[in-house]
Amino acid sequence: MSFVWSDENLQMIESLKKRYPKPQALVLPLLWMAHYQEGYISLDAIDAIALVSMLPPMEVYRVATFYTMFHLAPIGKYHLQVCKTLSCTLCGKEDILKSIQELLKIEVGQTTPDNLFTLSQVECLGSCGTSPVVQINDTYYENLTPQSIAEIIKGLK
Amino acid sequence: MIEDVKLVSQKFDISNAHTLEVALLHGAYGSIEKLFALTPQEVSGIVDQSGLRGKGGGGASAGEKWKLMPLGEDKPSFLVVNCDESEPGTFKDRQIIIKDPHLLIEGIIATCYAIQAHHAYIYIRGEYKPFADILQGAIDEAYQAGYLGKGIFSKDFDVDVTIHRGAGAYICGEKSALLESLEGKRGHPRLKPHQKECEWYFGNPTLVNNVETIASVPYIVQNGSDAYRQYGTPQSPGTLLFALSGHVNRRGVYEAQFGIKMIDYINHYGGGIRGGKKLKAVIPGGASTTILRADEVMEARLDYESMRAMGSSLGTGGMIVMDEDTNMVEALKNLLEFYRHESCGQCTPCRDGSGWVDTIIGNLLKGKASMSDLDKTLAIANTMDGKTICVFAPALADVIRGFVTKFRSEFEAYIRKSKR
Repeated sequence: MSFVWSDENLQMIESLKKRYPKPQALVLPLLWMAHYQEGYISLDAIDAIALVSMLPPMEVYRVATFYTMFHLAPIGKYHLQVCKTLSCTLCGKEDILKSIQELLKIEVGQTTPDNLFTLSQVECLGSCGTSPVVQINDTYYENLTPQSIAEIIKGLK
Repeated sequence: MIEDVKLVSQKFDISNAHTLEVALLHGAYGSIEKLFALTPQEVSGIVDQSGLRGKGGGGASAGEKWKLMPLGEDKPSFLVVNCDESEPGTFKDRQIIIKDPHLLIEGIIATCYAIQAHHAYIYIRGEYKPFADILQGAIDEAYQAGYLGKGIFSKDFDVDVTIHRGAGAYICGEKSALLESLEGKRGHPRLKPHQKECEWYFGNPTLVNNVETIASVPYIVQNGSDAYRQYGTPQSPGTLLFALSGHVNRRGVYEAQFGIKMIDYINHYGGGIRGGKKLKAVIPGGASTTILRADEVMEARLDYESMRAMGSSLGTGGMIVMDEDTNMVEALKNLLEFYRHESCGQCTPCRDGSGWVDTIIGNLLKGKASMSDLDKTLAIANTMDGKTICVFAPALADVIRGFVTKFRSEFEAYIRKSKR
């Protein structure tokens, strides 16, 4: 299975090339494009990124493994990222986590058998004033209660 | 009584102020005419005289930083706006980019003009995708209106703005790690030069400033440095978007002048402690600043010098408030997990020290630590302090020392309980 850029991404790459002094600066934007295109970063995608950014594939791999938001293997359709840092913990993060675990019957780091939900705990999401917060894929859900997060997840099912 | 001052947050309460149409109705881009009547050196001079200080946590003088940028070189200069906002307790920059992104763009134009840069990158943390989309919408509008791009405002000056998304690394908020990341590498902080100089992006002179710092520039250009200096203290002039999280009644971001009393701020804007409880402690400016006990909070003033004199620092101004029921051992454990996870791994004292202390405090919570283990955390903190490339480890050392020395009895109680 090889990786092919979508037409939209190919256009985006051409316009981005003009915005940076060197092609190696494109590594992060390209990793994001591949991530959205496939849902994770495959080794084939790493090769494709290396070609555009004119770097050895291992350099791109080094970068991809440094940043926690990139997944190097497929995960569930919805990625539940529960913020676990201090402000959220002070304001009831543990109850939110418990509510999710009871509903989905999975532990942190696991994916539901139907591949719909993956549960993670993440460090500060920058939403301390509206904690507790869960980010589901890109969307922030703030000021949560154990009931409201359960409703949100049921709505996604 | 606290007087409301809104220099950066003046459009925060106006609905749809993120659109150009509404922003223009409320004075957006009002500094531009004045800006282009001045020379770049004059703009830098006004900012320097205003005493504007970097609002990302360090509090270094913005004007001094700007003056380090070479003018008239054949190499291109760059402006990099730091929106990596990942310091626990800090959520102010996101308010600017979602509520008043055109203020940031206006600030970018002024700063680019002052340092003669034609391209600005906004490095935004990966998680902030929804907010980056709002900011991109504002940038697109500004391009269409001729406020960005070639020959902006029909003047002979070009400014391009590009949003660059990070991907979940706290350390990329450190400016040299940010630049490494912007160059397509791992976010490893760089060794610092022995004398003051600008930053470098692919070997080109570069200025890195926080979102709020840049967003403060339009007010200063439009109203002059004296207008800015009438707020705050002589050494810490102006305002900061202070923030409250944790156990207060009204959490959020509220702009205030430097120099007011911390307890007044907490009571006035935060509405006091939640549930009528007593205050126990406050982490004053993001997780990396030394914690203050309630008696210290009563004395503390919100400016860089006063906080320094108390043995802490103002940081980002994002206060995490804790009530009397807070377990300080668990609170420290929570922060240690954060630092262990976010250490970039470049320097041994930080990589190993952050994990080691986390393990010890974890053992302590399980009743498996001795008094000498507790003292060891302080020894490890000393080993981390000042012996690494960036300030991540020294900040962590302050966190450990603050918790363990100021709330030592709580840590000892765990040890005594396990001996029984």
